[in-house]
Amino acid sequence: MSRLLRFVFFQFLVRPLVLIVLGLNVRHRERLPSTGPAILAANHNSHLDTLVLMTLFPWRQLRTVRPTAASDYFLRNTLIAWFARHIIGIIPIDRSGRTPREEVLIGATRALEHGDIVIVFPEGTRGEPERLDRFKSGLYHLCAANPRVPVVPIFLHGLGKALPRGEALLVPFFCDVFVGEAVGCGNTKEEFMHRFTERMTHLAAEGHFPPWE
Amino acid sequence: MRLYVDQTVLLTLAGVFALLLVASVVVWRVKRARPGGGVAEVERRVKSWWILAAVFAVALVLSRRIALTFFCVISFLAFKEYLSLIPTRRADRRVLFWAYMAIPIQYLWIGYKWYGMFIIWIPVYAFLFLPLRMVLIGETKGFLQAAGTIHWGLMSTVFAVSHVAFLLVLPEHGHAPGGGPALVLYLVLLTEFNDVAQYLSGKTLGQHHAVPTVSPNKTLEGLLGGLVATLVLAWLLAPLLTPLSRWEAPAAGLIIGLSGFVGDVVMSALKRDLAVKDSGSLIPGHGGILDRLDSLTYTAPLFFHFIRYTHF
Repeated sequence: MSRLLRFVFFQFLVRPLVLIVLGLNVRHRERLPSTGPAILAANHNSHLDTLVLMTLFPWRQLRTVRPTAASDYFLRNTLIAWFARHIIGIIPIDRSGRTPREEVLIGATRALEHGDIVIVFPEGTRGEPERLDRFKSGLYHLCAANPRVPVVPIFLHGLGKALPRGEALLVPFFCDVFVGEAVGCGNTKEEFMHRFTERMTHLAAEGHFPPWE
Repeated sequence: MRLYVDQTVLLTLAGVFALLLVASVVVWRVKRARPGGGVAEVERRVKSWWILAAVFAVALVLSRRIALTFFCVISFLAFKEYLSLIPTRRADRRVLFWAYMAIPIQYLWIGYKWYGMFIIWIPVYAFLFLPLRMVLIGETKGFLQAAGTIHWGLMSTVFAVSHVAFLLVLPEHGHAPGGGPALVLYLVLLTEFNDVAQYLSGKTLGQHHAVPTVSPNKTLEGLLGGLVATLVLAWLLAPLLTPLSRWEAPAAGLIIGLSGFVGDVVMSALKRDLAVKDSGSLIPGHGGILDRLDSLTYTAPLFFHFIRYTHF
């Protein structure tokens, strides 16, 4: 039943919304992993980010694409929790700091071991629209726990304009999705985070974005 | 199944596809004679022309409602591309939402054949309402630029383009057997043909820059070559698709040829100002939708009022 709802939701609602109302400009699509396990790490400005990243994959692959999402936000009531778990298929992440670090990432690690493609937003929150925040090192810890899994950086632009944090009204804009080359885990946390940040900055510099103040 | 268009329209469309076939064969032969000779871009462009022509043909021949919806979607895509290209203010999200809302309403007036409303909806009502909405939000920094850019975008991507659609609902005419769809085909075909003819004659004969600071690729030779070709085609197609007389047809060709050039360079100036090469990436080999629509934003209203004044 939830599989049918999921099909209807993605194929009849999300895909037309993302492709016609918004419209995507995807660069370097060939760098997307054709199979899991893989980590997609993107900047985060909007609830639409997850949906856009999921539509980059065809339906038969979609069930292996699992976005991580804050449990304090997405599990806050039964209805949203059901929707997040069964329709979107999220992996809940506890941001409160009460759970030990190894356990925070256990859901994502299990999914990767299962061969899934896991979406993470290393900024940790949607933040100010169309601004790159500092990337948090949770990404490194996930990578270190799964050293053979490639981390694919993805730069998103425009979704923070279309549906920023705290707004319910969607305003159409073309959105850019720039896929970067996969980053390996490397030796140290600093080295990895530096390399990842650098790659994201390069991706961002590929675009020519008009100011939005 | 009864199609909504006349045989002459189908015949002309067949001619368009025959031309495309010739273009594809030429590209294929050049590619075979000189492998890696840099025809990839032209090849992509011709391939996109096939898709554009096919989509346009299907949208035009099935029913008036489908054709109107098609032009409404074109306006929406063009306006969205424009807004994605220009600087906008965070404060204006809701204003932009209302600007989008003006699009389906504009096409609704066309569906009702309400000329009086169609001609003032954007330049009177939308232009009076949007600044009011901006004032209610209350952000004054950059107010004039924001209001001006939104108005300009609505004017060229919605108001101007919707003139193509209004051709569909002009009253039946004894001397124009093909009716509205034939006029749309005449206008769009000549506009796009003029673009291609100017491009080709500019590539082969181009010497003197027409507007060097705006677009280095536009030459006087290209403009003249395109103009002559468009004039001839306008004269040849007029008896088939329009009520235009033997003297009016070349005038229509002249209007389309000259104003198509102006629309093209106006969009070039906009892109140069924003420091982008293409307005988007929707159409491989062509760029964005505005790159393809640029000439039409000038030819459509001018041709529409020319034919309306002379015949309707």
